[in-house]
Amino acid sequence: MSILVDKNTRVVVQGITGKEGTFHTEQMLGYGTAVVAGVTPGKGGQSIEGVPVFNSLHEAVEKESANTSCLFVPPPFAADAIIEGISANLAVVVCITEGIPTLDMVKVAGFLDGKESVLIGPNCPGIISPGKTKVGIMPGHIHTPGPVGVISRSGTLTYEVVDQLTRVGLGQSTCLGIGGDPIVGTTFIDHLRRFRNDPDTEGVVIIGEIGGSTEEEAAKFIQAEFDKPVIAFIAGQTAPPGKRMGHAGAIISGGEGKAQDKIKALESAGITVVHNLGKLGETVRQVMK
Amino acid sequence: MKLHEFQAKDLLAKSGIPTPQGQLVKDSDQASKVAQTIPGPPWVVKAQVHTGGRGKAGGIKVVHDPDEMIAATKTMLKKSLVTKQTGPEGVMVRQVLIETGVDIEREFYLSMVVDRATAMPTMIFSQAGGMEIEEVADQTPELILKEHIDPTTGWMPYQARNLIYHIDPIPSPAAVKLLTSIMAEIYKIFMTLDCSLLEINPLVATREGNILALDAKIQIDDNALFRQKDLHELDDPEEKDPLELMAEKYQLSYIRLNGNIGAMVNGAGLAMATMDLIKMAGAEPANFLDVGGGASEEMITKGFEIILKDKRVEAILINIFGGILRCDVLARGVLAAAKNTDIKVPLIVRLEGTNVDEGRRILKNSDLKFLVAKNLTDAADLVTKQVKDEGK
Repeated sequence: MSILVDKNTRVVVQGITGKEGTFHTEQMLGYGTAVVAGVTPGKGGQSIEGVPVFNSLHEAVEKESANTSCLFVPPPFAADAIIEGISANLAVVVCITEGIPTLDMVKVAGFLDGKESVLIGPNCPGIISPGKTKVGIMPGHIHTPGPVGVISRSGTLTYEVVDQLTRVGLGQSTCLGIGGDPIVGTTFIDHLRRFRNDPDTEGVVIIGEIGGSTEEEAAKFIQAEFDKPVIAFIAGQTAPPGKRMGHAGAIISGGEGKAQDKIKALESAGITVVHNLGKLGETVRQVMK
Repeated sequence: MKLHEFQAKDLLAKSGIPTPQGQLVKDSDQASKVAQTIPGPPWVVKAQVHTGGRGKAGGIKVVHDPDEMIAATKTMLKKSLVTKQTGPEGVMVRQVLIETGVDIEREFYLSMVVDRATAMPTMIFSQAGGMEIEEVADQTPELILKEHIDPTTGWMPYQARNLIYHIDPIPSPAAVKLLTSIMAEIYKIFMTLDCSLLEINPLVATREGNILALDAKIQIDDNALFRQKDLHELDDPEEKDPLELMAEKYQLSYIRLNGNIGAMVNGAGLAMATMDLIKMAGAEPANFLDVGGGASEEMITKGFEIILKDKRVEAILINIFGGILRCDVLARGVLAAAKNTDIKVPLIVRLEGTNVDEGRRILKNSDLKFLVAKNLTDAADLVTKQVKDEGK
C-alpha cells in the first residue's frame, strides 16, 4: 500500500500549457501516472502530450473523473487555482508553485479548514508512491517500492535521502514534500497519522529544516502516538538567525525555529536524529533491521 | 524586503498613526538646520540601518543642544555600526533620523505577524514595551497577549478590547480610544501592504495624553512584491551585501556568511545541509547558495562567479543532486565561469542524479582542475583535508 496516491489516482495538471507544466506532464506520463486532463483558462480544446486541456478545473473533473491535481500555476494566480481544486472536492491538491504571497495562503488555509481535500505544498516537489504513481517533479528513477515512508520540507534534499535509501536496499512506500513555505496545507503529523495506518509502511524518515515549530510538534506526536521507527534529519544548524535560507519558511525569527532546538526535541522524544547527512541511508537500515 | 524606520513611520503617519516630528539627515552639515525646524531640545538622533540592537550599540542618542546634535550626527554618519545582530564588520550608517524628544509616560509593544501554526494574521500586544519582545517572552510571558485574526471576519473591535483592558492599570478613556483605532489601522496596513512584520516598539503614551509610534519596523513579503509596486522605491540596495545584490539580479538565492568554504548547491534544503556538512568537517561555510531546482547554464555560471568573487573563500564545494537540473547543464555552467576567471582555490565536485555520467565526462575532459567526491561523506572528507592542508 501507500498513502494518498496510488494506481487509482487520476491527475489533472493545473497550468498544463506552461513550460514547467508541459515538461512535467511528459515526465509523469513517462513514469506511468494517469494524467487524464489539464487546465489552462482560454486554452480549452487543445491537447498536450495527448492529454485534453480544459478551460476550468470543474469541467476537467466532470469529463475525465480526475481526483487529484498537480499545480504549476504562477504565484499571482496560484491561490485561486488551489481554492478551485478544493472547491471541486479533489482528494489531493499538490501545489508545486513557489513564491505565493503569504496572505494568499492565509486565505487558502481558511478555506481549506474543515474540507475533505488534502493540500500538499505549496513550494514542494510533490508526492510519489514508487512503482504506482508520481504526482510532482521528483526524478522518478531514484525511487523504488518498499517499506519506508518519507516526509520532507525540502525538494532536492529529499532526492538525496531517497537515493541513499534505495542504495542501501530500502524502497519507499510513499515520499512527499510538505513544502518550504511558512504556511503549507499539511504538517508532519497529518502524514504520520496516514503512515501509521498504512500496513506496508514499516518506518518513516522525516526531513525538517529551520523555521517554525512543526518538527517539535511532530516529536511530541511520535512519542505519544506513533510506534513505527522514525529517523529524522534537520537541515540548517549553521544558518544565521533572521535570514531566509532560500525557502520562505526557512527562517529563525524571535528565537524560534533553530535546528538545535528541533534536534533536541526529537532526540528527547527518543527519535534517531542523523547528524551526518552522508550516513542517513545506512542509519535507517540499521534502525529498521 | 526590509524598510527603514523613517519609511515605516511615513507609512504609519499616512494612515493617521501619530509619530514624532522628525527629519532625515544624510550629511552632518544639515543637522544645524534641523535644530531650527524640529521642536526641541531634547532631540533624538537615530541611525537608519537595516538591523536591530541600535540603542545598545550607540546608534541612538538623546541630545540636548544643537552642538551636541551635530556631534552625534557626525559620530554616526559614514561610520560602521556594530550591533549584536550585525557581525563584527557592522553596517555602514548612511543616514540618520533626527526627531523631537518625547515625554514618555508609559511604553507599550504592538506588532503583527502571520502565525505559522494557526495560519492566521496575529496581533501581539504587551504593556512591557521598550524592551526586546524576546526578553519579555523569556521573563514575563504572561505580559504578552495575542489575538489571531480570522480571515473571514478580519480584525474585530472586541479583539482590541481583549488586548487593551488587560493593561494594568487601564489607560484613560481617551487613550483607550486612541489605542483601539491604532490597532484597527495597523491591521489595515498589514493586510494592504502584504507585510510579513509590522512592529511598533515602543508605542508610547505621552504625559500630554497622546499615543505615539516611537519606533517602527516593517518588512514586506518578498513573494508579494509583484503587487506592491508602489513600495519598490523604498528598497535600499545600499543596505545589502554587494554579492547578495548581484545574486538578486540573477534571481539566485545567496546569503553571505562568515566562513572560508564556498558552496554551490541546488535546492535550499540540500544547500543548508551542505553548509552543516562543511561545519562538521571542521571548516566554516562562506555562503548559502541555492542555484535552484531548474537552474540554467547561465545561472550556474553567475552563481559560480559570485563565489569566486568572495576573497575569503579558500575552497569551493559544488554539491549537485540532479533532478530537474541536469548534471551536464551544471558542468557546462561551471566550465563557462571557469573560462573567465583564474580559479586559485581547490574545487571539490560532487555530482549525482540526472545525466550524471555526461556531467562527469564534461568536467573530466576539460582543463579544469578539481577533486571528485564520490558521495557526501567523501565530499566532507575532502573539505576537511583541504582545511588541514591550509593550516600547515
